[in-house]
Amino acid sequence: MKFKRTLRIAWEGLTLNKVRSFLTTLGVIIGVASVIVMLAVSSGAEAAIADQINALGANLLIVGPMRGMPGASKTMVIDDALAIEEQVVGITGISAEQAPPAQDIKANGVSLEAISVIGTTADFPDVRDYAVADGRYFNAVEDDRKAKVAVLGAGIAKDLFGEFSPIGQTVTVGSTKLTIIGVMEEKGIVSDLDYDGRIYLPINLVFQKYITGMTLSSDRVKTIYVKVESQDKIDSVITQINVLLAERHDVDPAAPDFSVQTQQDIIATQEATTAAFRDLLAWVAGISLLVGGIGIMNIMLVSVTERTREIGLRQALGAKPQDVLMQFLLEAIILSLVGGLVGVILGVGGSYLFNALGTMQTRIVPLSIPLAFGAAAIVGIFFGYYPAAQAAKLEPIVALRHE
Amino acid sequence: MTALIETRNLKKIYGTGEATVHALAGVDVKVKRGEFVAIMGPSGSGKSTLMNILGCLDSPTEGEYILDGRVVSQLSREELAEVRNQKLGFIFQAFNLLPRLSTLANVMLPMLYNPDEEVSDDEARNRAVASLEAVGLGSRLDHLPSEISGGQQQRVAIARALVNNPPVILADEPTGNLDSKSSVEIIDILHKLHDNGATIVMVTHEPEIARHAQRVICVRDGLIISDGHDGESECMRSY
Repeated sequence: MKFKRTLRIAWEGLTLNKVRSFLTTLGVIIGVASVIVMLAVSSGAEAAIADQINALGANLLIVGPMRGMPGASKTMVIDDALAIEEQVVGITGISAEQAPPAQDIKANGVSLEAISVIGTTADFPDVRDYAVADGRYFNAVEDDRKAKVAVLGAGIAKDLFGEFSPIGQTVTVGSTKLTIIGVMEEKGIVSDLDYDGRIYLPINLVFQKYITGMTLSSDRVKTIYVKVESQDKIDSVITQINVLLAERHDVDPAAPDFSVQTQQDIIATQEATTAAFRDLLAWVAGISLLVGGIGIMNIMLVSVTERTREIGLRQALGAKPQDVLMQFLLEAIILSLVGGLVGVILGVGGSYLFNALGTMQTRIVPLSIPLAFGAAAIVGIFFGYYPAAQAAKLEPIVALRHE
Repeated sequence: MTALIETRNLKKIYGTGEATVHALAGVDVKVKRGEFVAIMGPSGSGKSTLMNILGCLDSPTEGEYILDGRVVSQLSREELAEVRNQKLGFIFQAFNLLPRLSTLANVMLPMLYNPDEEVSDDEARNRAVASLEAVGLGSRLDHLPSEISGGQQQRVAIARALVNNPPVILADEPTGNLDSKSSVEIIDILHKLHDNGATIVMVTHEPEIARHAQRVICVRDGLIISDGHDGESECMRSY
C-alpha cells in the first residue's frame, strides 16, 4: 500500500529529468546487452567450430610435429607419410601437406600477390573430403615426377579467369609456369583458413621449387592427415603410427616429437580455447555492468545533493527516514531494472541480428538472460543503497536550509 | 483548558566548553488552542531555534515540550516525522514548493506520508482541492509554482499546511519574501483561519505583521523577555 505511493514518488523523480535518467540507464543497458551478446557470440563460435571440424570428414587423424617442442618441426618428413601409408593397417589414405611462403601468381593477364600455396599428396581430395569441381587433381605419379601442374581454389579461379574454365591454361606461381589441371569446389573459410583462396600443387614440386633456404631438409611436412577405415580402428591406427614414427624418429615413445590427434581432441582443444574466450568476454561484459552500476551511484549522489531541500521539505511534511531511503533506493532500482529490460531486448535482438546479417554466428544462451537481468537488479540495489542512505540520514533543519 | 503547546525550561545548547552557545536558555511557553501568537526577536535571539523545536524539526538539549497532550521532546526521528505530519502545518518564508509539481500535487504531498489511514487517491485529491479553494486558488490546480505569483505560491503553501487538518499552524516569516500587497493577502488568510478556530504560531521580525497576532512573545538571548497583547511595541523598544 505504502510501497505503491513511494514507487510513484520515485517514478516522478525519474521522469522529471528524463535525459539524465536515460543516460544513467544507458550504462546498465550496455552492460546487460553485452553480457547476452558476448555469451551468444562465444556460444555461436563453439558451435561453428564443432561444425567445421566435423565437416573435415569423419575418422580423420591429424599427425603433426609436437607443438612447443624445439626442433620437432624439422623431423617430420614426407617419408614418414609414405611409411604410414605403406605400413599402417586400417587406413584408406593419407594426405601430407606443406605450406611454403606465399607466392605472387599471374595468369590470363591478372596478377595476384601473396597467395597461399599448399603442397599436397595425391589423395588430398579424398582424405580431406574436398572434391574437385572442374578438371581433376594430380595423381601420385605426377607428384613423384614433380609435374608442373596446379589445382586452383574456387576463389582464385574466379579472380584469374572469371566465369571461364581455366583448365589447360598456364599460371605462373612465383617464377615457375604451371599448367592448370583442376579447380576445387567452393568450401569457404574453415577454422580461419580460406580454402578457396589457395592454390594446390604436388608436394614434391613444392619441395623443389618453393622451399628455399632450408638446405637440410627440404622434404619436411607440416601435417599428415590419415583417413581411418572406420571408427573402431582409430585406436589401433593411433598405436601403429605412434610406434612407427617413434622408431623412425628414434625417440622415446613416451616423449615423442610428434602428435597424433583425433578430431575429438581438436574439438576439445578448440572448446577449451573458446571457453577461455567466453569467460573473458563474460568478465568484460560483467565489468561494464559494474561500471553501469557505478554510474547509477554517481547520479544518485548528485541527485541527493541537488534535492537536499526537497528532502528537507518532505521530512518537514512527515516523511520518515525510511520513506526517503525507499524513494531514492527505488529510483536506483527502477533505473537498473528498466536498463536491464531494455538491455535484454537489445541483447537478444542484437544476437539475432548478427546471425541474420551473417556477421557472426550467435547462439543465445538462455541462462544469460535471467543472469544479466538479475545482475542488473542487484547492481541497482547495491549501488543505490549508499546514496539513499545518505539522503535518509539528512537532518530536516539542515536539509531545509540547504541552498 | 490545557495548553495545546507547552514548553518547560526548554534549553538548546550548541558546542562544548568555552565555545558553548545557549541558543535557548530556559524557555517556558504556553499556547492555548485557538490562539494566534507571534514570536519576535532580533537575529541570533533564538527565535528560529525555538521555532524549529516547536516544529519538531529539532530536539531540545534539556527541558520538555508537550504538544497536544504528548511529550514530544525526546521522540525518535520516526516518531517526530509522524508528529509533524499529523499535528503541524508548516508555512515557510521561501514557500518551499516543489518546482516540478503542480499546485495540486504540492498540496497533496503531506498526505503521501500519512502514517495510519491510507488516503485514497480520490480523497486525497478532493481534500487538496478543498484546501486550495479555501485559500482562493481553486482555479489554479494545474499550474506550476513558476507560473503563479509569489503571493499565490505562499497561498499554495498554506493550503498544503492545512490539508491534513493539523491542530497547529507554524509560520516562519510567512511574508518575508513578499511585497506589501501580497503580505496583506497572506495575513488576511491567516486571520480567517484563526477566526475559524486555528491555532497559529508565527515568527516575524516585522512589527506591522506581528501586530495582527493576539499575543506577541519577544525572545532575546535565548530567553523570553516579554509576552503580552501589546508585545510588539515592547519588543520593538527592546531591540
